[in-house]
Amino acid sequence: MAGFDKVVTSYAEAMEGIKDGDTIIAGGFGLCGIPEGLINEIKRKQTKELTVVSNNCGVDDFGLGILLHDRQIKKIVASYVGENALFEQQLLDGIIDVELTPQGTLAEKMRAGGAGIPGFYTATGYGTPVAEGKEVKEFNGRPYILEESITGEFAIIKAWKADRYGNLVFRHTAMNFNPMAATAGKMTVVEVEEIVEPGELQPSEIHTPGIYVNRVIKGNFEKRIERVTTSK
Amino acid sequence: MALSREQVAMRVAQELKDGYYVNLGIGIPTLVANFVPAGIEVMLQSENGLLGMGPYPNEDQVDADMINAGKETVTAATGAAIFNSAESFAMIRGGHVDLTVLGAFEVDQQGNIASWMIPKKLIKGMGGAMDLVAGAQNIIVTMTHASKHGDSKLLEACTLPLTGVNCVKKIVTDLAVLEVKDGAFYLLERAPNVSVDEIISKTAGKLIVEGDIPEMQFTD
Repeated sequence: MAGFDKVVTSYAEAMEGIKDGDTIIAGGFGLCGIPEGLINEIKRKQTKELTVVSNNCGVDDFGLGILLHDRQIKKIVASYVGENALFEQQLLDGIIDVELTPQGTLAEKMRAGGAGIPGFYTATGYGTPVAEGKEVKEFNGRPYILEESITGEFAIIKAWKADRYGNLVFRHTAMNFNPMAATAGKMTVVEVEEIVEPGELQPSEIHTPGIYVNRVIKGNFEKRIERVTTSK
Repeated sequence: MALSREQVAMRVAQELKDGYYVNLGIGIPTLVANFVPAGIEVMLQSENGLLGMGPYPNEDQVDADMINAGKETVTAATGAAIFNSAESFAMIRGGHVDLTVLGAFEVDQQGNIASWMIPKKLIKGMGGAMDLVAGAQNIIVTMTHASKHGDSKLLEACTLPLTGVNCVKKIVTDLAVLEVKDGAFYLLERAPNVSVDEIISKTAGKLIVEGDIPEMQFTD
């Protein structure tokens, strides 16, 4: 690697430095826009005691769900975990800890974490189990709760295209949590469908500037769909 | 007679106004999109990052990168915009979405809603529901008026863990349309051939019935 060239050519290089007990922030919504190869590499490395921050936890045999097979996840911070039977079982058995977090609060926790903001007040969750133990403050007569931001040792991201400098473009709704997650990792690793030369992406069309990105790898994606729905 | 799921959706659709940005939850709320009144335009927001959700794709248009918040494959309508999750919830939390329609397990007379968790039974997560009920300008809840066992879902106080407090303004059930204000349910309309007495008997919370209650009108 030289200068701003972020491209790595093996998954081992892409995930080098991940260790037991790390917090991993992952982009994706359901199975849409997930870094499939980086997740596979974490499974291969058998890194344990992970805290995973992601909107969902994949399904039993795909996405982050595969990290449950060998009990690699200690805790997950997510908004919805309903598609995963193994997850439910490990939760009931006390193997895994879950911090259910409202989806917008989760996105803002990542955004704030990456932006150097340690916490923020939101009306979301006030008066619900989510508010338990959290500071309440009134603004203009309405109560808000204090939510703390999140950063992690690693962020694992799926983008459509990257240039060698790590500037990213996402495709359609595969964007979702990826741009915020990319800002919240101390080491941000991005798996993409296509790597182009600097200058090939229009500067004004870049969704995530390369300053947030440490490593880029070209992946191969299955892109599994959870619910294929068509109109007749 | 109690309304079908489609009829509940049809009645909710009558609440849509031209130029509304609307978020529709999973289940009956999703069906509302099929009954947008002629002559008005609404734009559907899907909280995974799509404003201007179109119909399901044809088989050859299916794209893994194009889904809605229910993880179903969809298309983008003409004039749609796609953005990240923080932006999506900025528009929700910031009060820019005109109407949210969602289902619930229970609603109470203070406008509190429980829709995401049944302790020891259902622990799936709240998804975006807590942000939606905290942020929307107007919230309509769709649900059956009572459970299969006849237990009312319109209560004095919710018994299940809450999704949000003091937020539900209107409820459309299979039996009635009700407004929630001043700590009570106000009966506005009843389903065709459903008596006020039946609604009273299936409403556990404080119910206000003022004057003659009209039947819902469905025009095709």
